[in-house]
Amino acid sequence: MYPAKFDFHAPNSIEEVLSLLSEYGDDAKVLAGGHSLLPMMKMRFATPQHLIDLNRIDRLRGISQDGDTIVIGAMTTEKQIIASDVLAMHCPLLPEAAKQIADPQVRNRGTIGGDICHGDPANDQPAVTMAADATYVLQGPKGERSVHSSEFFLGSFYTAMEADEIMTSIRVPAAAGSSGSAYVKLKRKTGDWATAAAAVQLTLDGDRCSSVRIALTNVGATAIRVAAAEDALSGQVVDEALIDAAAQHAMDACDPTEDLRGDVEYKTKMAGEMTRRAIRQSLARARGQ
Amino acid sequence: MATPAEEIKDPVDGIGCSRKRKEDARFIQGKGNYTDDLKLPGTVFGAFVRSPIAHGRVVSINKEPALAHPGVLAVLTAEDLAPLSLHWMPTLAGDKQMVLADGKVCFQQQEVAFVIAEDRYVAADAIELVEVEYEELPVIIDGRRAMDDDAPVIRDDLEGQTEGAHGERIHANHIFRWDVGDAEATDKAFDTAPITVSEDISYQRVHPCPLETCGCVSNFDKISGELTVYLTSQAPHVVRTVVSMLSGIAESKVHVIAPDIGGGFGNKVGVYPGYVCAIVGSIVLGRPVKWIESRVENLAATAFARDYHMHGEIAADENGRIQALRVNVLADHGAFDACADPSKFPAGLFSIVTGSYDIPSAFARVDGVYSNKAPGGVAYRCSFRVTEASYLIERMMDVLAHKLGVDPAEIRSRNFIKAEQFPYTSCLGWEYDSGDYHTAMNQALEAVDYEGLRKEQAEKRANGDLMGIGVAFFTEIVGAGPTKNCDILGIGMIDSCEIRVHPTGSVIARLGTKSQGQGHETTYAQIIATELGIPSDDIQIEEGDTATAPYGLGTYGSRSTPVGGAAAARAARKVKDKARKIAAAMMEVSPADLDWDTDRFIVKGLPDQSRTIKEIAMAAYQHLPEGLEQGLEAVEYYDPPNFTYPFGAYLCVVDIDRYTGEVKIRRFYALDDCGTRINPMIIEGQVHGGLTEALAIALGQELSFDEDGNILSASFMDYFLPTAVETPHWETDFTVTPSPHHPIGAKGVGESPNVGGVSAISNAVIDAFAHKGVTHLQMPHTAYSVWKTINELGINQ
Amino acid sequence: MGKKLISMTVNGQTHEVAVEPRQLLIHTLREELGLTGSHIGCETSHCGACTVDFNGESVKSCTLLAVQADGADILTVEGLANDGVLHPVQEGFTEKHGLQCGFCTPGMMIRAYRLLQENPNPSEEEIRTGISGNLCRCTGYQNIVRAVQYAAEKLSAE
Repeated sequence: MYPAKFDFHAPNSIEEVLSLLSEYGDDAKVLAGGHSLLPMMKMRFATPQHLIDLNRIDRLRGISQDGDTIVIGAMTTEKQIIASDVLAMHCPLLPEAAKQIADPQVRNRGTIGGDICHGDPANDQPAVTMAADATYVLQGPKGERSVHSSEFFLGSFYTAMEADEIMTSIRVPAAAGSSGSAYVKLKRKTGDWATAAAAVQLTLDGDRCSSVRIALTNVGATAIRVAAAEDALSGQVVDEALIDAAAQHAMDACDPTEDLRGDVEYKTKMAGEMTRRAIRQSLARARGQ
Repeated sequence: MATPAEEIKDPVDGIGCSRKRKEDARFIQGKGNYTDDLKLPGTVFGAFVRSPIAHGRVVSINKEPALAHPGVLAVLTAEDLAPLSLHWMPTLAGDKQMVLADGKVCFQQQEVAFVIAEDRYVAADAIELVEVEYEELPVIIDGRRAMDDDAPVIRDDLEGQTEGAHGERIHANHIFRWDVGDAEATDKAFDTAPITVSEDISYQRVHPCPLETCGCVSNFDKISGELTVYLTSQAPHVVRTVVSMLSGIAESKVHVIAPDIGGGFGNKVGVYPGYVCAIVGSIVLGRPVKWIESRVENLAATAFARDYHMHGEIAADENGRIQALRVNVLADHGAFDACADPSKFPAGLFSIVTGSYDIPSAFARVDGVYSNKAPGGVAYRCSFRVTEASYLIERMMDVLAHKLGVDPAEIRSRNFIKAEQFPYTSCLGWEYDSGDYHTAMNQALEAVDYEGLRKEQAEKRANGDLMGIGVAFFTEIVGAGPTKNCDILGIGMIDSCEIRVHPTGSVIARLGTKSQGQGHETTYAQIIATELGIPSDDIQIEEGDTATAPYGLGTYGSRSTPVGGAAAARAARKVKDKARKIAAAMMEVSPADLDWDTDRFIVKGLPDQSRTIKEIAMAAYQHLPEGLEQGLEAVEYYDPPNFTYPFGAYLCVVDIDRYTGEVKIRRFYALDDCGTRINPMIIEGQVHGGLTEALAIALGQELSFDEDGNILSASFMDYFLPTAVETPHWETDFTVTPSPHHPIGAKGVGESPNVGGVSAISNAVIDAFAHKGVTHLQMPHTAYSVWKTINELGINQ
Repeated sequence: MGKKLISMTVNGQTHEVAVEPRQLLIHTLREELGLTGSHIGCETSHCGACTVDFNGESVKSCTLLAVQADGADILTVEGLANDGVLHPVQEGFTEKHGLQCGFCTPGMMIRAYRLLQENPNPSEEEIRTGISGNLCRCTGYQNIVRAVQYAAEKLSAE
């Protein structure tokens, strides 16, 4: 398993990247952590003529605070997300999820932006950042634009990002008040993709759930935001019956494909069960339990 | 219990010591010498064009575009090999196998053409340029459909042949029928028995999957006419013989070297098309040709294991005493019968299927069939088909226990062969050498507080929780084997050891076996150390080089200790016999007047009159009296009088998530009796490793195919190898019942944990559902598969 | 698509190598520099046999291009021992029988080396999680865990 030939570019600035992208168009691929792209190139499922490595652009890395918003550079690695005090304090959902991605070596290289931009419904960060209410910042020849996570994923391996754009950062609002979150993932083993996983972030106002976002991994063509489940919980005192109702909505939203992880029924049921567990855990955390 | 390994003090660090391994120094410093590490000057690289379909005719192959690619040196097809009669090769099972597709392909990823290029990247480029046109044919993936009336014929080359290597063929896709036991007596017992049970039990197709894939470097010297092949082989001597037979090169000019091997587990017993093509390539090009499998190729094309569809029946009395066992097996061997079994045993040693139990009559029938899957049928960390047999009987014991409402541990105890019955001849003809099953079982039950566990299980069940307790007891038949039963390609399954004691008292010993991680450099040295009184540190062990090592059949089927280890002990005793004569001459006494003590001969009654082995070694190379030849060395070719029969009692406790189906091994206790224990530390390590492979098989491993014959699990994403996170803590324990016929009483241990472990884990998972009337569930017990049972039973509501 | 000249420090020694952009780092280490201690076990970044220390982090060198290592500081198994004195991780592996066939061992030890830098006193669970990117087919991991514990104790006593 050896990649086909390509030309390698290691630009030092976003401007250089954009100029390379406009020069080579569809013949080019950008390289982030490489743990999706390089295996595909080794199996020759992907044969770009030009590979543009983003790893030398320091501006794309790091986690900072901009008022009530956490700004995560697209090339920030999963390991950096796990280690971030800022995220631990203001958006613990992301580090919790990152710990469940692949294995230590892969997390050292794998980036949040790469995980999102690949458009693979099996990747974890799409659903996680949706639940975290994230907005993605894209930059292209026409400048910068923002796309909300809920509107970014258009199909399997198909996103709202244009071929001449790159993702520069992910903006996540700091969780405020009595909030709790959880990412619960069922997988066959370390390093596997989810059979099904659910990301939940909610806020309590007294006993009531004042806001909640729920998203699912690997049970459809894209990560799935489950608005009906959110509606079922919003403004309510959440009890087991409501959790069941939300899980039912999650199952209704699923459209998984059968593979060795399970058939449609199993994956759907597991999406429901993961949702149930993620809601329960988020509630417990929001209550400080 | 006895964890970690016990320590004993021994001046020579011999048998019984948990001494550190001698081979570690190179491995921990990155100086191991594996096949792909080898870099001979001028080496070129081979890679296969493989079939994308599972069954079809090859209409045309156009290799011109590949040949025109810069850096490509040759493209071989069956047409190129045919003039050399190398487009097909014989298998170890008496069948033949295509080296390169000869007009058709019979499984996905079958070898179609072999590209040789200056560089491995260029070879990868070039295989994409070879244009092959196929005409697809219908496929058979489920072996149970192979003998249907309308089944497509897989092996056109055998058309009209009603006789195979093992007798009559009753269908175009039939390979052999093998019957063992007394059918009539068995049927009669079933007719009259008050209790009968039956179950369909499949053992899925799996792959041994060592971390290092298969590969070789072939180097032909045109001037001397010598062929040197470095390769990942568990049996280098057998490969040398096969290569000589295939190529016509005198065996004395074929030099096979198995360097360090990154795990074998049965995967590296066979002779593969890659080896043949690399050899032909090196002869044609006059340059060393390297071929290294990718992981996909390894999982898809070399050496599957199991794929046995078994139907078991037990007849018993009301007390659960077994009267008869009847077994029918459909064995799926893939597209070519390349099973690595002793010649006379098309179903290996499956007739150990009566297990650890005193069963008056039994009958087993195995039908082998072809399917559109890769050839292989190797013993994945077990002796030939022993794990299938052991799994069958250990599952059936639970089925019987369930029917009678008797505890699974109790039903086993009621049927065990008793200690006083050894040596015991089973109704299927094997002579069990030694055993004490009741003691082992009782020690195991006590160690885990079995009664307490059953009590806890009852409480858990009352709460709706799923907890399973798996009981398994196994008896293996290993150490193939006596030449009266066992040969491969006509060569008796002996093994060998040559020992040379140098003048200064250090030793080099060479053996016909080949370690793949078992620690032979250490354990063989320990055996010789104890026999000769020379510190094991001063004993160098060499294996794997056919030019220097005496002929042996290699390492698989737990045969190294039973056969190679015995050869080492007996060669050492020959050396010692000569040393006695030299010592007697040195002290001018009769050899009969000498006693041996640790490292020296002492004159009887005169303790200050002695000669150490070191002194004797020096004397052996000096002037010796008439009738004594100089030198201190010996060679032993050992033909074991019998197999050895290691056994063990395993207990496994699992908790099952009733919403997701996930199985968690909470506790696993393994008691092994492998006879005399040479190095307890190494034994414990073998048990840990084998249990982890058992876990993988029981809970996840399967080579899966879709209905078109596409393999679905040919990477580590989908072929389950547990990491440290999925692997539990293993508890080990032992009893010692030496083998009466082995020179040091040892029986072999490497494969026991796989054989016993799979049954224990699978029994535990199924036991979790026993209260719901479940008697059997098919492996692997993945979360998905377990959940389906949960869902059907409505336990998750 | 010609070769690119890269410079990297491996085990304290600086090397300049001309590599094709598509060459994987593992091949550069094994084939160009002759450092065959790191192995290839799966090619899909699951097994970790190719793990090396790359600018202070464990990475799988089969999923990294050599050109990406331009300017990098790399440690492989061959660089673990210091002047012939074994590193405590190496000592632990042999003392606790943490290896059998030895194929995963270099990657496993290099990973353990970094794990102990990041977490000098790991629990058994942290060790198991920490080495979960490295597959071993022989040992069942139990003695590898003991080997890492041995090394941790030895390192903290130093």
